[in-house]
Amino acid sequence: MLIRRPSDISPSEITPRRCYEGRREFIKLAAAGSVLGAAGLFARGAAAQEKTLGLQKLASVAKSALSTGEPPTAYKHVTSYNNYYEFGTEKDDPARYASRLKLRPWTVAVEGEVMKPRSFGIEELLKFPLEERVYRLRCVEAWSMVIPWIGFEFNRLARLVEPTSKAKFVEFVTALQPETMPGVRLPVLDWPYVEGLRIDEAMHPLTILCVGLYGEVLPNQNGAPVRLVVPWKYGFKSAKSIVRIRFVERQPKIAWEKANPSEYGFYSNVNPNVDHPRWSQSRERRIPDFFARRPTVIFNGYGERVAGLYAGMDLKKLY
Amino acid sequence: MQPSPKTIAALKAAVFALALVPLGELAAGALFFPDWLGANPGEFIDRATGRWTLRLLLITLCVTPLRAITGWNWLLRFRRMLGLFTFFYGVMHLSSYVTFRRVFDAEEIARDIVERPFMTVGFAALVLMIPLAATSTNAMVRRVGARRWQMLHRLVYLIAPLGVLHYWFMVKRDITQPAIYAAILAVLLGYRIVAGLAAAPSARKVSTGQTV
Repeated sequence: MLIRRPSDISPSEITPRRCYEGRREFIKLAAAGSVLGAAGLFARGAAAQEKTLGLQKLASVAKSALSTGEPPTAYKHVTSYNNYYEFGTEKDDPARYASRLKLRPWTVAVEGEVMKPRSFGIEELLKFPLEERVYRLRCVEAWSMVIPWIGFEFNRLARLVEPTSKAKFVEFVTALQPETMPGVRLPVLDWPYVEGLRIDEAMHPLTILCVGLYGEVLPNQNGAPVRLVVPWKYGFKSAKSIVRIRFVERQPKIAWEKANPSEYGFYSNVNPNVDHPRWSQSRERRIPDFFARRPTVIFNGYGERVAGLYAGMDLKKLY
Repeated sequence: MQPSPKTIAALKAAVFALALVPLGELAAGALFFPDWLGANPGEFIDRATGRWTLRLLLITLCVTPLRAITGWNWLLRFRRMLGLFTFFYGVMHLSSYVTFRRVFDAEEIARDIVERPFMTVGFAALVLMIPLAATSTNAMVRRVGARRWQMLHRLVYLIAPLGVLHYWFMVKRDITQPAIYAAILAVLLGYRIVAGLAAAPSARKVSTGQTV
């Protein structure tokens, strides 16, 4: 006997022939859609470069002819991948902990071999005529960025205190706040972090005291409220969160040189021909590239302006 | 405790899958989620694969002490897989360095290995793992002979310190992390020395009685 049962599939559920025959078109359309979606993601990535932490904006910032035309590294990378050992030795430690840094009151004492020693409150420093300097930054660890710094030439400040003829070097002493800096509990470096330049290096128009980046005041992890930027030297020469500037007669002992003199020298000019003992300096990774495919250029590409400072010096010995 | 063969097979599958998680994370980050790998993705992959090589090496070295302490002989059945994953992540680590850091520049790579001690020891550690990986199959154990196989695989006691040394030499200033790996390795190797010394008198007794 034949038992008639209703079909499991109701007619309304059956895909019409025209529709299922069009499935290839549908797949193509979906593929195109996802490609467009991916393109959209990339476009958003480009736009994200403009997105900042929304810190205090810096007004009336002039452009500079000393800026590079290379595209700046995304703000999120500039502010998330930092070496600021006072907050820890991992790259993300500064972004995580530097918000604790106590920024006010902040004064920078300028002293030593000068006619008019004095200190500058951070408010006074922010009143210097500010310029945007888009510089390449080359870290000794073989990565690099392009950063739109904001600041003024160090020589402007130096002229106000009138260095004497005994001022052969400039020493930069940075903040030491044990209560806000978890990294200084370990003797990783000799705290406070001290950097130094020869007087002619310090007075060079490329050397700036920096108070901001990407149109805003410096994020703490980048060395707020005031730091040095010396674009032809490895990044560690550009001291962060400066509290004291001393004009001195003798070459200062800098933090990394004290820590390991065979690996880090006073000059530390970017130089592809002088390897770090543990790695080659011939190439670099331009953040966020996967590949270290970019050849490193002597003096980080600023040789035309700074090579004269080192005429007759053996850069392999005075690294 | 003796788990059933079924349980062991399931556990093995789980360990296998778990060991692939770090690689999956890196692959997903590289292909789809750039934020996972941060500003310097090439270096992130370098470091992640390096750390996982060392971690898996230490986990592999845990098998023997754990087995002796708990009496769970079945733990031994995971050792080969863990060792092979160590080698696998070591190869990934080298590949990442060759691809991202040196972009296939053979001359630079050769110079690194010859001139830089941290590269020399790291490379040596990986090369020494090759014979261990190559003799990991049952057929190879039979071919080499159990005794010689065991002698050969004692190379791991050289490979592990070389691996930790590689990490130690690489670090710029803060040696906290490599020191942790070194301490764990010291415990694992120290255990073997102590256990060996404790077992030695009885072993001698046996050997006077009969040839083994």
